[in-house]
Amino acid sequence: MNRVFKLNNPYNDDKVISACSIFGMIDQSGRCFSGECVTTAIANMQVRSNGLGGGFAVYGLYPEHADHYAFHIMFLDKKAQEETANFLTENFLLTHAEKIPTRKTAGIVDPPIIWRYFLKVNSKPRIELEGLSEDDYVVAKVMEINTKIDGAFVFSSGKNMGVFKGVGYPEDISHYFRLDEYKGYLWTAHGRFPTNTQGWWGGAHPFSILDWTVVHNGEISSYGINQRYLEMFGYRCTMQTDTEVMAYAVDLLMRKHGLPIEIVADIFAAPLWSELEHMEKTEKDLRIKLRQIYSSLLINGPFTVIIAHQGEMIGLTDRIRLRPLTAGVKGDMLYLSSEEAAIRLICPDLEKAWIPRGGEPIVGRLYQKEKKELSHRKKERG
Amino acid sequence: MKQTVKVKPSTNEKIVVDAKGKDTKQLNEILRQLVAQGHTHIELKNVFGQRYIGTDLRKPVQIDIYGTPGNDLGSFIEGPRIVVHGNAQDGCGNTMNDGKIVIHGHAGDITGFAMRGGKIFVRDDVGYRVAIHMKEYKGKKPVLVIGGTAQDFLGEYIAGGILIVLGLTLKRDEKHRANFIGTGMHGGVIYLRGNVAPHQLGKEVSILKLTKEDLRELRAYVEEFASHFHFDSEEIMREKFIKLLPLTLRPYGKLYAY
Repeated sequence: MNRVFKLNNPYNDDKVISACSIFGMIDQSGRCFSGECVTTAIANMQVRSNGLGGGFAVYGLYPEHADHYAFHIMFLDKKAQEETANFLTENFLLTHAEKIPTRKTAGIVDPPIIWRYFLKVNSKPRIELEGLSEDDYVVAKVMEINTKIDGAFVFSSGKNMGVFKGVGYPEDISHYFRLDEYKGYLWTAHGRFPTNTQGWWGGAHPFSILDWTVVHNGEISSYGINQRYLEMFGYRCTMQTDTEVMAYAVDLLMRKHGLPIEIVADIFAAPLWSELEHMEKTEKDLRIKLRQIYSSLLINGPFTVIIAHQGEMIGLTDRIRLRPLTAGVKGDMLYLSSEEAAIRLICPDLEKAWIPRGGEPIVGRLYQKEKKELSHRKKERG
Repeated sequence: MKQTVKVKPSTNEKIVVDAKGKDTKQLNEILRQLVAQGHTHIELKNVFGQRYIGTDLRKPVQIDIYGTPGNDLGSFIEGPRIVVHGNAQDGCGNTMNDGKIVIHGHAGDITGFAMRGGKIFVRDDVGYRVAIHMKEYKGKKPVLVIGGTAQDFLGEYIAGGILIVLGLTLKRDEKHRANFIGTGMHGGVIYLRGNVAPHQLGKEVSILKLTKEDLRELRAYVEEFASHFHFDSEEIMREKFIKLLPLTLRPYGKLYAY
C-alpha cells in the first residue's frame, strides 16, 4: 500500500497519485512470448495502483489443451473445492486438473486455493435439446458455480487462454503465478486502485467469460442498469466490481449477437446527441437505432478498457476520453497502455505512437491467415 | 530515501543524469540538489514515466529530457526551460508560472492545465482538454503553441493567455476534428489555423477576424515556434487564421446568481 501519511515532507509530494494502470500487447504474426515484458511494462506504472489488485490475461497459453475449456477457479476453502470438483465431473468431461503452480512472494498475503481444470462438453444431446451452443452451456455452468457453490469463483473459462489475478501489485502477482514461464501471443495486464468496492482476489482484473477478457481503468456509473439488462440473458454478477458487466456485455454483443467492434464501440461509447445532429442520415439513423435497441448497454462514466479474445485485442475509451490510452506499433506488435512511458520502456524504438480519440476503437488482430485458420479449427471442433 | 549527488560545485557545463531505475521522488530530489549546487544545464537520459519533473525549481536552468517523461511534467515551474526530445504524457505544464517547455513530439491530455505564465511549444498534436482553465493576471500571460491539431474540449473554461493551434499535421483541406472548442471560454484568446465548422465551437465563443495588432502578436509566437522546430514561419503565416474570443466574461454569471 502507498503510505498516505508521512510527516516532515517539505515538498508535499507524498500525495497518493493512484489511478489504475492497464497494458496490452499482441504480436499479430502469432509469435508467442513470455510474460516478462508485460510485467516490466505494468510495473513501470506502479504509482497508478496501490497493491490491492493485479492481474493478467494470456492468449495462446495452453496449446497442448487447445480444444479444452480451461477453467481457473479460486476456492476459499477445501469444501468449496470438493463440491466444485464433483460438479465439474457431473457436467463435463474432465481430462486434467492441477493446482496452478506458484512461488512464495513477499507481497502476496493469504491467497485462496487456485486450481485449473481442462474440460470438454460431453453431453451434446442434452445441450441440443435445450437449444444451447457449447459456449452457451459453458457460460451457464460458470454462472451456476459462481452463484450456487459457496466460496468458489470461476475467473477464467476460455480455450487456449487464461487469467491470473489476485490481491497485490501486478508485478508481484506475475512473480507469484510464475508468468515468466508461460508464453502467449497476446497479453493484457492491470494494476488496480479500487474505488468503489473492496480489494479482494475475485475483484482484481481481468474479468472474463469464455475467452473474453476486459481490463479497465475508470468507473462504470451505469453498472446497475447494465447488470439488470445482462441478467435477462443469464449473466450473473458475482465479483463485486463494476468491470464485470463489460466482460459479459462483450460476450453478449460480440459472440452471441455477432456484432463487430465498431458497432459495439457505438453502443458502449455512444456519440453524444449533439454530435449525431451533424452526421449523415444513414450514419445518424444507425446510431439512433443502436441507442434504442441497446440503451441498457450504454456504458456511462469514465473508462478506458482493453478487451481481448482469441486472436484480437481492442482498446476503447469513453466518448469524451476521461481516462488515458496511448497506442504504439513496432513491426507485428501493437501496444496499448495507460502511459506511453511503459511502452517505450520495453520498446524504445516504436515506429509510431499516438493517442486515440475518445470512443474510437483501436484493434490488433492476428493476420488474416491465422484468423482464418482459427475459425477453421473452430468449425472442425464444433 | 535521500540520494546525494557528488559533483564539482557550480558549473556551466552540462551534467548528465541517468534516470534509469529512479522513481519520481528520487529524480526530483536529484534535480533540486543539482540546481542548489549551481548547475544550469542538466540532461536527463532514460526517463520512463517519472512524474512532476522539474516541479518547484525556481531558477532559469535548462533541462533536456531523453525518453518519455511522466505526467505533470514541469508542473508549478517558475523559470526552467525544459526540452523534451520525444513525446510528453498528460498534464504537461500543469499550473506552471514561468519558464518554457518545448516538446519535440506530441503531448497528452490537459497540456497547459491552469497555466499562469511562461510558454509551451508542442511540435505535433495534443490530447483532450488542452489549456483548460489557463489564466492571466496583469503582466503574467501564458502562451501555448500547438503545431498539430487538438482533440475535444480545446481551451475549455479558458480564462486568459494565448492559445495558438497551427494544424500543421492536417492534410490539405482536412478539418480539425476537435469538438467543443472553447466551451466555457471567458477570457484569453485562441488563434486557430485551418478549418473548423461553427458547430465544433462551444456556445460561449465568437469568431473574429485578426486585426493588424493580432497578426503582429501572432507572428512573433509563430516565429518562435518555427525556430524551435525548423519550420518556415512565413509559410505558416500565409494561411488564414481565425480568432476566437469569449462572448462574455461571465458566461455563468446568471446561472448561479440570484
